Amino acid sequence: MNKKQKKMLLRILISAVLFFTLKIVVLDDLYETVLFLIAYIVIGYDILIKAVKGILNRQVFDENFLMAVATAGAIALGDYGEGTAVMLFYQIGEWFQSYAVGKSRRNISELMDIRPDYANIEDENGALKKVDPDDIAVGTLIVVKPGEKVPIDGIVIEGNSTLNTSALTGESLPRTAAVGDEIISGCINMTGLLKIKTTKEFGESTVSKILDMVENASSKKSKSENFISRFARYYTPAVCYSALALALIPPLLASLTGNDPMWSDWLYRALSFLVISCPCALVISIPLSFFAGIGGASKAGVLVKGSNYLEALASAKYVVFDKTGTMTEGVFEVSGVHHASIAEEKLLEYAALAESYSTHPISKSIRRAYGKEVDTDRVQNVEEISGHGITANVDGVPVAAGNGKLMEKFHIAYQECSKAGTVVHIAVNGVYAGHILISDKIKPHAEQAIRALKDIGIKKTVMLTGDRRRVGEQVAADLAIDQVYSELLPGDKVTKVEEILTWKQGKENVVFVGDGINDAPVLSRADIGIAMGALGSDAAIEAADIVLMDDDPLKIAKAIRIAKKCIRIVYENIYFAIGVKLLCLMLAAVGIVNMWIAIFADVGVMILAVLNAIRTLRIRKL
Amino acid sequence: MKKTYKIEVDCANCANKMEEAANATIGVKQAVVNFMTLKMIVEFDEEAQPKEVMKEVLKNCKKIEDDCEIYF
Repeated sequence: MNKKQKKMLLRILISAVLFFTLKIVVLDDLYETVLFLIAYIVIGYDILIKAVKGILNRQVFDENFLMAVATAGAIALGDYGEGTAVMLFYQIGEWFQSYAVGKSRRNISELMDIRPDYANIEDENGALKKVDPDDIAVGTLIVVKPGEKVPIDGIVIEGNSTLNTSALTGESLPRTAAVGDEIISGCINMTGLLKIKTTKEFGESTVSKILDMVENASSKKSKSENFISRFARYYTPAVCYSALALALIPPLLASLTGNDPMWSDWLYRALSFLVISCPCALVISIPLSFFAGIGGASKAGVLVKGSNYLEALASAKYVVFDKTGTMTEGVFEVSGVHHASIAEEKLLEYAALAESYSTHPISKSIRRAYGKEVDTDRVQNVEEISGHGITANVDGVPVAAGNGKLMEKFHIAYQECSKAGTVVHIAVNGVYAGHILISDKIKPHAEQAIRALKDIGIKKTVMLTGDRRRVGEQVAADLAIDQVYSELLPGDKVTKVEEILTWKQGKENVVFVGDGINDAPVLSRADIGIAMGALGSDAAIEAADIVLMDDDPLKIAKAIRIAKKCIRIVYENIYFAIGVKLLCLMLAAVGIVNMWIAIFADVGVMILAVLNAIRTLRIRKL
Repeated sequence: MKKTYKIEVDCANCANKMEEAANATIGVKQAVVNFMTLKMIVEFDEEAQPKEVMKEVLKNCKKIEDDCEIYF
């Protein structure tokens, strides 16, 4: 509780004690009136002052004005108790709102408690000194002790340790860090002392970027929020004029027709109208739901860049994936040696030696499969033929390693491979010697992830890949992906996403999931771009609307479920609050509702809506 | 030019009204008030002086909600 809240609580207590004592103890009318008025002033003086200021500033239709008119009206009608009670409950509601909002603000900032407070540097004597991470220049050596947060991105220079990344990724499995590893800020160093050379300034480090993003996310307002602000803008004046009409028209009509005008009855109804009308419940609970939803999502390693994206994600119906790095590991592995006319090890050795100068992932995978140290002295005359492969002399023997086109170029007959994957044909001394099949590994959760998406009502899953048709179709079949487009150039992917965008009907959205490395244009073209495995990749964080901090495809479905829950709660609150208010307004107009029910329609609805909104924070079971 | 200011305001509806008031101020291209993080993000017109504009923004905000504060 802050100072303001404590003071308000004290006022509420004094006024409540006085109010209930007066309700029980029977006193002289005059004393009772005076004491009720004291209780009223204690609890409501600030509202009255604000109402007067509002009128002076020509802001007549705010809630202070409504409450002041309603309560003062009740008192003028001789209902001292009721006037005081209404003001008392209104203030209790306001107090509760401010307390709940303050608490969820704190809860969410605790969720995102990854901001490092200091960094350790060594001074001349080797003693550690704590300094503000903002003051550390790029290339400074910092020391991170076990139990401390890594304050700035950098490279490990000395020491071994395991890092807990759960605050960033929601993933509880620790990572290891050794000399030469790049580590990102926000992780907690668990076991050993690490010396790190910083590679970025604090403001550019992962942790600062993430905090900045989450804190600003709720500034990008959703359609529901904009609807509510527009609604509130018309609603309050509309209710005020209706209240005025209710106070004047029926009694005037009654007196014109010669009936009893019942002025005070109609005035009372009009005042109840004013009490019910306050739009707080809506105006507070909708942004609070989004704020809590974004906070909860970030706890699970899903960073949402704006309330609007969370809202759009809830109506996702088509999910488009990039293959490499999203559904597959993006790490190539030799999965077989076929049609070898010489010993398989010998074939691998020739291939590994011929490709020894290449840094292509395919070449690396062949060298890995070979497993032995490559002696580059055995290789001469290496020539890389772009789009074809490599020729070289290995131990003086001419070797060609590459695709079918390379074989055709040298008029060497070769065997097509029947399996899916990248194929490297090898010819030794002008004779076909067999081929090596290299395939990418499907991620362990990929199939489960596709099933989870189907379970939450995704209409169609589509995979885009630049890879060969056979590879694409094989992966799609293994994962039960509905549709696959293969052999696409990077530009084709944008065209395909545009084509998929035309499938939409009504309020459906297309999500594109990629690894953020070279698909930035596609990420921005889709309704929602999700970049995954983005931890430490600035480009991906920039380009995407939603960022998955680790590369587990299951998180896609989780993100959609979080969004759906959040939107469901938003709609519950909209319908519930508007529904109850309209009902009470109608009942008040015909005189069934008294001031007590009116207060429930205002404060009660608001409290329930706020409690409901806070539920969005709980995402563990999703 | 875009700047972020810390604000103090008690109710969400008042925050909405502050946003409206800020947007109506001369020199402000667009203003967004975030009630949950208590921040006002103001994009100024090209030739505007943020300090001067913010004085006006605060004055306009005070008019609609006396109990608010902008720190600049």
